[in-house]
Amino acid sequence: MNLLQILLLALFAAFVGLRLLGRRRAASRFARWTLLTLGAVVVLAPFTWLLAAVFKDRSVLNEFIFLPPVEQWSEKTLNLNNFRELFKGRPSLTGPVYFWEYVLNSTVYATCTTVLQIFFCSLGGYALAKYEFRGKNALTLFMLGSMMIPSVLLLAPLYKMVVDLRLVDSLAGLIIPGMVGTYGIFLFRQACMSVPNEMIDAARLDGCGEFGIYLRLVMPLVRPMAAAFCLICFLGNWNAFFAPNVFLHSQDKLTLPVVLNLYLGEFRHDQGVFLTGTALAMIPPAVLFFALQREFIAGLTSGAVKG
Amino acid sequence: MSGSVAQRPVRPPSRPRYKGKAPYLFLSPYLVLTTAFFAVPFVNAILLAFYETNGPRSRAFVGLANFVYLFTDSVFRRALFNTTVFALVSVFVQLPLSMALALLLNSGGDRVKGFFRLVFFSPNLVGQVLVGILFGVLFTPRYGLINRGFQMVLHWGLEARWLSEPRLIMPAIVLTSLWLWVGFNMIYFLAALQTVDKTLQEAARIDGASPWQIFWHVTLPSMRHVVIFVVIMSVIGSYQLFELPLTLLSESYGYGANDAGLTLITYLNYNAFRCGDLGLGSAVGWVVALIIFVISLVQIRLGRLAEED
Repeated sequence: MNLLQILLLALFAAFVGLRLLGRRRAASRFARWTLLTLGAVVVLAPFTWLLAAVFKDRSVLNEFIFLPPVEQWSEKTLNLNNFRELFKGRPSLTGPVYFWEYVLNSTVYATCTTVLQIFFCSLGGYALAKYEFRGKNALTLFMLGSMMIPSVLLLAPLYKMVVDLRLVDSLAGLIIPGMVGTYGIFLFRQACMSVPNEMIDAARLDGCGEFGIYLRLVMPLVRPMAAAFCLICFLGNWNAFFAPNVFLHSQDKLTLPVVLNLYLGEFRHDQGVFLTGTALAMIPPAVLFFALQREFIAGLTSGAVKG
Repeated sequence: MSGSVAQRPVRPPSRPRYKGKAPYLFLSPYLVLTTAFFAVPFVNAILLAFYETNGPRSRAFVGLANFVYLFTDSVFRRALFNTTVFALVSVFVQLPLSMALALLLNSGGDRVKGFFRLVFFSPNLVGQVLVGILFGVLFTPRYGLINRGFQMVLHWGLEARWLSEPRLIMPAIVLTSLWLWVGFNMIYFLAALQTVDKTLQEAARIDGASPWQIFWHVTLPSMRHVVIFVVIMSVIGSYQLFELPLTLLSESYGYGANDAGLTLITYLNYNAFRCGDLGLGSAVGWVVALIIFVISLVQIRLGRLAEED
């Protein structure tokens, strides 16, 4: 018997006790919060472990589950060696490459794609929501159908095209094909539907141009959806692996997930290094998520719950 | 004729129609990019499946040979089997867990709900690759956090070689995927639960229905749209599983011992981009697309049938 087992048994005994005393409501409340808390502990444990692991030496990485008790702290259990090793320049065919270059690549790729997607998708979504034009139904049908096609199917021919366009091994070759997405257009279409027609008509009567209506009237109104989509898009591209892994070849052009996957082999015997890289790669999405959390949950579920 | 018009609710006068070119202009980025980077590759993907290629530049027409090869290749059948097992586990283990969490959370106060929702969703901020890298270390025999956790609670598993013993590879992938995605689907179920009509549940309760009966006959049917949506999305996602096994089993490019962790997309990635046979890769892509298409249609159909009852 260890402490953890005793704790779990005690929690279970408390639940049974409440049931036996006839306090059904209290028992179910107790069970609910216990289960939720245990679930949260399980979810958070790997993060906590990672946070401790990045400061530990290779020799003690697995010695303590998290950090050792305070009196055992030493140079070995709390140092920045993993960071030093990670940020060291590494030789490649084109000269030394530094970790911050991968961070920069990932940032450029994810940011450019997100900004362009927000612009093009909102423009398209607004057009679909608020205009009547020839071919609209056919286009909507085509878009719905195209969402059924898994993107991996297109990767091989797309790779061939990118090679033919001489865009292979550059971030442009990743950004340009990903500038617009059907999913984003549908999200913005949904959001633009709720903009009152009267407001658009009034702006038109006042002499506002069509692009001006989009920019100055519609966009501010669909801001929550834009925020949600911003996060969805940034997360997707920041963490993207399949396409970058195929399209990028030179060491100094790689993005974070691709490099970290390579480091799995390179630092097989010094796991602290790629774990540190992994921990650092988690920070930007987390910051963005905390900034946009409220809009994000609403945006993520609006399509499914309404539809 | 006039009678039927009079019965309709009063409508605002129809607004003047805009007749300019703006919508085409607004949609032109989508149209141009989609033609270039979706329609053209799509047609090429059809053609490519009938060729044998060596890298992006050389190809030879082979007819249906790629498909014939796939269905005689025992490695491909293994991939198909593994991926199907994973999809079934996703639907029958992961989604019920998501639903259970959503039900547990649904009756809490707003602030507590927000906190737990944040915690359970947080693994999704981390991409599959990073999760695979992290869990690859957590599954270390004797020392890994997961091995120690199992040992402490169940007195089993300290020495379990999760990522090298064929019997344990799929369970390891499933455990990781549960950590990653249970909270994601919970968000959908939680949002749907909040739209369920409370008076219906209350009426059922007064009529003496048990909580389980209320859930099964009142709550679940009234959120069936979301359930069908989530089931379809997770089947589609499951059939595209790739990055998680690739990073967990990085030493064998995601295949694992005895191909125990091999998925369809891992097979595609290896053959198309490591061995250079883009034609075979396209053929695999078509098989995946076809599976996804058929399963989605069946599920939408079943959803309709359930509605008519």
